[in-house]
Formats: sequence, structure tokens, C-alpha cells
Amino acid sequence: MAKPTIIVIGAGVAGLTCALELAERGLSVEVVERGRALGEGSCSWMAGGMLAPWCERATTEPEVADWGAPSIAWWAERCPETVRQGSVVVVQPRDLPDLTRFAQRTERFEWLDADRIAALEPDLAGRFRRALFFPDEAHLDPRRALCALAKRLQRHGVAIRFGVELAPQEAHADIVVDCRGLAARDALPDLRGVRGEMVVVRSPDVSLRRPVRMLHPRIPLYIVPRGDGLFMIGATMIESERRGPVSVRSAVELLGAAYALHPAFGEAEIVELGADLRPAFPDNLPDVRRSGHVLHANGLFRHGFLLAPALARRAADAALSMLQPETNHADLPQRQRA
Amino acid sequence: MFYGVDLSSRLLLGTARYPSPAILERAIKASGAEVVTVSLRREGGDARSGQSFWQFIQSLGLRVLPNTAGCHSVKEAVTTAHMARELFDTPWIKLEVIGDADTLQPDVFGLVEAARILSQDGFEVFPYTTEDLVVADRLVEAGCRVLMPWGAPIGSARGLNNVYGLKSLRAHFPDIPLVVDAGLGVPSHAAAAMELGYDAVLLNTAVAEAGDPVEMARAFALAVKAGRAAHLAQPLEPRDMAQPSTPVIGKAVLGGI
Repeated sequence: MAKPTIIVIGAGVAGLTCALELAERGLSVEVVERGRALGEGSCSWMAGGMLAPWCERATTEPEVADWGAPSIAWWAERCPETVRQGSVVVVQPRDLPDLTRFAQRTERFEWLDADRIAALEPDLAGRFRRALFFPDEAHLDPRRALCALAKRLQRHGVAIRFGVELAPQEAHADIVVDCRGLAARDALPDLRGVRGEMVVVRSPDVSLRRPVRMLHPRIPLYIVPRGDGLFMIGATMIESERRGPVSVRSAVELLGAAYALHPAFGEAEIVELGADLRPAFPDNLPDVRRSGHVLHANGLFRHGFLLAPALARRAADAALSMLQPETNHADLPQRQRA
Repeated sequence: MFYGVDLSSRLLLGTARYPSPAILERAIKASGAEVVTVSLRREGGDARSGQSFWQFIQSLGLRVLPNTAGCHSVKEAVTTAHMARELFDTPWIKLEVIGDADTLQPDVFGLVEAARILSQDGFEVFPYTTEDLVVADRLVEAGCRVLMPWGAPIGSARGLNNVYGLKSLRAHFPDIPLVVDAGLGVPSHAAAAMELGYDAVLLNTAVAEAGDPVEMARAFALAVKAGRAAHLAQPLEPRDMAQPSTPVIGKAVLGGI
């Protein structure tokens, strides 16, 4: 009997991690993607690429940290450019209560004083008195990471067919894994888009080793170093499904906050302004849902790279149990609520 | 209570900054709120794009009080109000005209002007204002039949900054529904506002950004009920002298050395 075939629809971070997880478990996989090239039309292309489960823990549900923590090792193994240098959280002096509160709501961090801030990030020396350091966190460049996944898939003999638009029900395969993101709304009516906007700047005058978050009552900000003087500044979170370019308000807020982090960003070049919609379920947590021979893996929200490996693992578990009818597979693994 | 609409809950809840819509829904249930505010500018961008979130809000079956949060001019606020009326099919509008981007303090001059324009156009305006008595007078003159003075700046969690001002506002407008809007941090702040005789409180951040928004919503609901009951039960006035509940005459007094 021929090996069962699985078609993954969508080559964003959800699709590629699902495909790789399935291929690594010895299944025959093919990926189809509507866009004509990697990243085209995928919101993963606009991601920050922070693998920061404990920073996220301060503002999200415990699942995000529980599911996200193992993904640091997952990425480090498959994408050697993953940087494991931790991350730093700072505030302007007047917002210090926000930092205390942030600390109360999470774990796996150390308090930094001015001297330790200067030692970790010399360019922030003298600018902040207190900060939190999360030594176990990591970051990656999402675009390089997607390319690395595509290469690994190639080594597993998995092809990505670009420029192919396929409805899950029409795909001829034993199992279809639907990773279309927001395009899957036809099948997932409770999926919504949450707008995010980002800026990429180039500054030869600032150097950061790790992502820096700056808490602010209205304009929280993060800056992720991408190497070669490039920095990604993100990201807004707006309950809007407007596509289209970055608004002036958002650009002013993001760039203004970057300038507040370090005045040298005032001289940086704006390399890119980008906006896209993140697919989210009502609880803002990812999920795998089965309908017939289709598995919908979706809802990564603003945690694409952090939670994709966990989503892929669950999708692969579900696919395997569908292919092995002799084992008891009545239900997909259910989410554990805290 | 508000423009002829009777409500049993005296807690109005904002819908921004929750960890997820699912938690928002559970927090609203726990609060017992019958009115929720929705921001058009912040969440929408334009009239059609916030649809998923707004449909979600409408699906909760509550009365929606759309707001003009983020508007810095009369024109912006009026335009946003019209958009809101069309979208949510309600004459209610929580009117915010922000005068200072940092403290989000209301621009009371623009507020009065926008309130007049909207009231004449058939809107039922809930103005977010300071506790200033004269501004409140002007707002009522402009057609407002509800007033919503701040407790403290939006999101500051400081509670009632000017209790005296809020008290005199209550005394000055015995028949206008008064809602403390913004600045509350903990349930005792809400109870204090209700003890002053305020008709309701409106809050968002204190619940949305609590570690457990659902439990905090429940706590605020209890505090609002407690404060209201206390107000109706005619609380004592503070005084400078001790007033012992049992006479001390004849009791042995132990002095120091």
C-alpha cells in the first residue's frame, strides 16, 4: 500500500511547521501555497520573531507560556540562527509601577539595576534605572526562519508548490491540514483578524544584542535586532480587519516610542513599513479542529513563531491518530484550561 | 435611569485591552453589566473594518454605548458619533474629546460644543468630563441628561482624586444621573463613588488588565452594590470628636506614669 499522503495548505509559519513535523514523523507531505513566493501574502512575514514565553506570560493566559517554552529548543534545533540571548524589559522612570506589575505576573526573570543594564546592553547605559532580564528567552528572524524550514522540508523530500489556490475539501489526499490563516474563515466562522503594524529601520548607531520591550500605558513597544544594523519595531494590536498600509498614528507612535528608547533611532533610515492581520480565535489561543479528513490548524494570533511548534505537534498527533484507526483516537487532544 | 432606559446594574464596562474576547465575555457576565462601551476609533480604523469584533460585542445581547475615545477635535468626535449611530443603531454616545494626549484629560470646551451639536441632532450624549461644576452646567444646557465626571485620569487607577468636587457635583445636580467614569483602580474606589450617591460607575482598565479580569469584574460588581446600599442606608458623616457608643463617665481612667 502506498504511503498515505497529506496536503498542507498554506506556507506561513503554521503550514511549514506542520509540514515539517509530519515529515519528521515519516509521513508523505506536500505543501501548496497561494502566494507565488515564500512569505507572499503570509502574515508570518511581518512577525517579530520573539520566542518570549515568559514576557508574554505577563499579559496572556498561562497556555501561551506552557506551549511556547518548548518551542525555543524546537527552533534552535531546526534554525541555527536562533539567538538565545534572552530579552530585556524596560520602562521610563514614571511608568515604574508598570514594570513591578509586569514582574508580579510572570516568572524566570532577574531584576537589573543601571549597572547590569549597561553590562548587558551597553547602548542602553544611563537611559534606564531598572529593567527585567529574561535569560532563557530567544529570538529569530522570521523570514530567515521560514527559509530555513523550507530548506529542511526540501531535504525531507517535501515540495512546496507556489501559486496554487486549493480549497481543503477539494484537495485529493488522505488528510488535508488547513493552515490558511485568516483565509480559512470560510470554514472557521469564529476566526477574526487582529491588525498589527510594524516598522523596520536601519541604524548604524545603535546596537542591541537581544529584543528590548518598553512598557507604556498606551504604546507598548518592542524592538528586535535583526543584524546588519536592522531593527524591527512592533507592533500595534488593533481590533480591526482593515488591510492596507500603516496609519500615520501608528507610525508616529511606534517611531516615537523607538526614539524614546534611544535618541539615535531618530537618525535611523526607515527601510519598511508593514501591516497585516493576525488570525485569532475568541480566546486568542491556537487550536486544531477536525472536520472529516480536514484538520484546521489556526489561531496563532500574535504568537506565530512562539506557538507554531506546539500547534504543529498537535496537528501531527491528530493526523497520526486518524491514520491508525486501530488505536483509540476518538478525540483530538483537548486544551487544558487553567 | 439613562435617557428613559431603566437598568438594574450600576456598573458599565469598557471592552478594550482584555487578554482575549473570550475573557472579555466572561468578565462581562461576572460583572452583571448591562451596558458596555465600545471604541470606534481605536479598534476600528474605519466604519467597516472592525466588524468581527463589533459583531462579537453585539452578539452578547447587551446595550452598547459607543464611545469617541481617541478623538481630539469636535469634528472628529461628531463624525465618529455619526458612524457609531449607523453601526450600532443607537442614539447613545459616550462623548470624549481629548485635550491632552498624555493625560487624556478632556477638552471641556470642545466637549460642550460637540455635545450641543450632537444633542441637537438627536443623540443622547454621555459626556466624559472633569468634575468642574460650571462645565457640567454648560453640558446640561447643551442637552446632556447624563454626566460622567472622571475619578482620575483614564487608566491611572488612582480612584477619586477630588471627593469634594464630586460631592458638590452630586449636590448641584440631584436629578441628573451621574456616573464616575475613568480612573478607578480597585473595587473600594467604586464603592466610594457609589457612597457619594453617584448613580453608576464606568470602568475598563481596572478589570481588563487585572491578573484575573473575571474575578476582578465580580469584585467590582459587589463593591458597586455595597456602595449603593450604603448610600441608601444613610451613612454617618465623619466628625473630629470621638463619639463613644457607651458613656465613659465614671469609668476608671488609667493615666501614664
